[in-house]
Amino acid sequence: MADADGKTRAAILGTGNIGTDLLMKILRRSAALEVALFAGIDPGSAGIARAHERGVPTSSGGIDAVLADGSIEIVFDATSAAAHRKHAPLLRDAGKVAIDLTPAAVGPFVVPAIRCDVGAERNLNLVSCGGQGTIPMVYAVSRIQPVAYAETVTTIASRSAGPGTRQNIDEFTSTTAGGLVRVGGAGRGKSIIILNPAEPPILKQNTIYTTVDGEPDRDAITRSVHEMIATVQQYVPGYRLKFDPVFDGNQVTIMVEIEGAGDFLPTYAGNLDIMTSAALAAGEAVAAQIRKAST
Amino acid sequence: MSAKEQKHIRVIDTTLRDGSHSVSHQFSADDIRRITGALDRARVDTVEVTHGDGLGGSSIQYGPSRLSDREMLQAAPPEMSHSKLAVLLLPGIGVQEDLEMAYEEGARVARIATHVTEADISEQHMKLARQIGLEVIGFLMLSHMEGADKIVEQARLMESYGANVVYVVDSAGAMVPDEVRQKVGALRGALGCHVGFHAHNNLGLAIGNSLAAIESGATVVDGSLAGLGAGAGNAATEVLVAALEKSGYETGVDLYGVMDAAEEIVRPMLKRPQMIDKGALSLGYAGVYSSFLLHTFRVVEKLGLDPRDILIELGRRRVVGGQEDMIMEVAMELKRRRDQRPEPEETAP
Repeated sequence: MADADGKTRAAILGTGNIGTDLLMKILRRSAALEVALFAGIDPGSAGIARAHERGVPTSSGGIDAVLADGSIEIVFDATSAAAHRKHAPLLRDAGKVAIDLTPAAVGPFVVPAIRCDVGAERNLNLVSCGGQGTIPMVYAVSRIQPVAYAETVTTIASRSAGPGTRQNIDEFTSTTAGGLVRVGGAGRGKSIIILNPAEPPILKQNTIYTTVDGEPDRDAITRSVHEMIATVQQYVPGYRLKFDPVFDGNQVTIMVEIEGAGDFLPTYAGNLDIMTSAALAAGEAVAAQIRKAST
Repeated sequence: MSAKEQKHIRVIDTTLRDGSHSVSHQFSADDIRRITGALDRARVDTVEVTHGDGLGGSSIQYGPSRLSDREMLQAAPPEMSHSKLAVLLLPGIGVQEDLEMAYEEGARVARIATHVTEADISEQHMKLARQIGLEVIGFLMLSHMEGADKIVEQARLMESYGANVVYVVDSAGAMVPDEVRQKVGALRGALGCHVGFHAHNNLGLAIGNSLAAIESGATVVDGSLAGLGAGAGNAATEVLVAALEKSGYETGVDLYGVMDAAEEIVRPMLKRPQMIDKGALSLGYAGVYSSFLLHTFRVVEKLGLDPRDILIELGRRRVVGGQEDMIMEVAMELKRRRDQRPEPEETAP
């Protein structure tokens, strides 16, 4: 249901750093979405206080509070993989579209720069920060020439890796590798993550290696990469190519860095910013699809 | 000192893991059989067999290996009746399934390595390893980059996850003996488990640092036959065994056996001599992860740069282990700077 001003009503579930950054992004940047509810399970959380200050309705009733409001059409889940597995069927039964920022991977993987369909599952999973940073580049190559193998290296500042990432680092590597194949179009995928504790913190960087079938079409691939960078920049302004793709035999090396927008999280946390930015882009795409279907 | 009073030192040979950097991860099944056979006959306590960057390390980033992880491990156990088989895993590169596979193939020791400040990413892997029956050893890489207090804090985490040994790892071969004594001594005082030391020879100190570590309470040290390993290589197992014996320690290793293995089996396999060339020395001097050396040589060959410039810049940026992709980035930047520099104007004679 759209508001009087035409905005689609959305809820954010999870009031931690990610949920709060997404809240600030929607408040500052979105003409299509309204945060109808910011819900967690800890009434004393800093995120709840921050939302309250800005006049956003809050609740510590968690998923139940979200389900109780029939006017909410889109739910961003920024809790945990285990929690999302419980939330997913409840949201589906309530007819809400879930945009999942956790590694639960209940629904299909979505990278807004490539495609973003509500689909039958009505549950969109945002892969991982490494996936959001690297899959567009794999796709930029594979849409020109078949990619037999894609391998990506994600290096993030230690300070931007929370306990969830640290205790589940395998989840990151396997989820990202799956996304390289399923969304990026690679035949096989491998993913590596490295934490760097340097101070001041480094920006998030991604190296994307692909091997293509046959001699790479250098001009077409370079052009495709630049176009894809521009597409991602529409929702992640700090997404930058470090230098033109490097060709070596049938191997193509692409390096990007990601500076966060600093909406709530610090700018070095590009790994988290690209997730909340992708969530917002996915939410707006879903809102447009809902509006189109109802007219 | 009588034989009874001699302190026992456990020697772990890493010819077939760290040493695989020296042959760009191209050991064959036959190479593995011959080397593990010789180490086992020489009664080396533990033998590590994995890609140089651990399980799952075969990649564009770190170099593909000739054999899969499983094939490498399968080549070893038939040759072993005394030595324990070990594998290395770096969380972020290898995954828990790799440990299960390694156990199936006969590994009984899992060495789990993280950057010196990031021990908490090893919890998952250490707990699983312990649960499936592997001895757990923790590796704090690039220990030269942090002070003793930080190393103690991180080592305590690894001990709490079930590590039986925690290593001070001088991945860059950048430590000097005083520093080794201070850091190993601090761990010895703070931990209930064993303390280990892994040396690189970039400053020519691999044996000296290993002895300094033992004097300060380490009871486990790493070596590799003929000193194979990343950068200038590790402490040579045969030299280590001889020096330990002369210092009054007991290793249980047959000195002639490891000497012969180094000379007759390993050295003939090398395509480039294992030595402290200017690149390797720059690693130690700048404090850069030793595995970067051969990758740097490959990049400079293509772009025509001085490898030392790249390594020193990587050190300045405090790049950590596994960031081999930064070599390309730094090289591209140095090349751009070089290309932008105006040609010196010709002056009339």
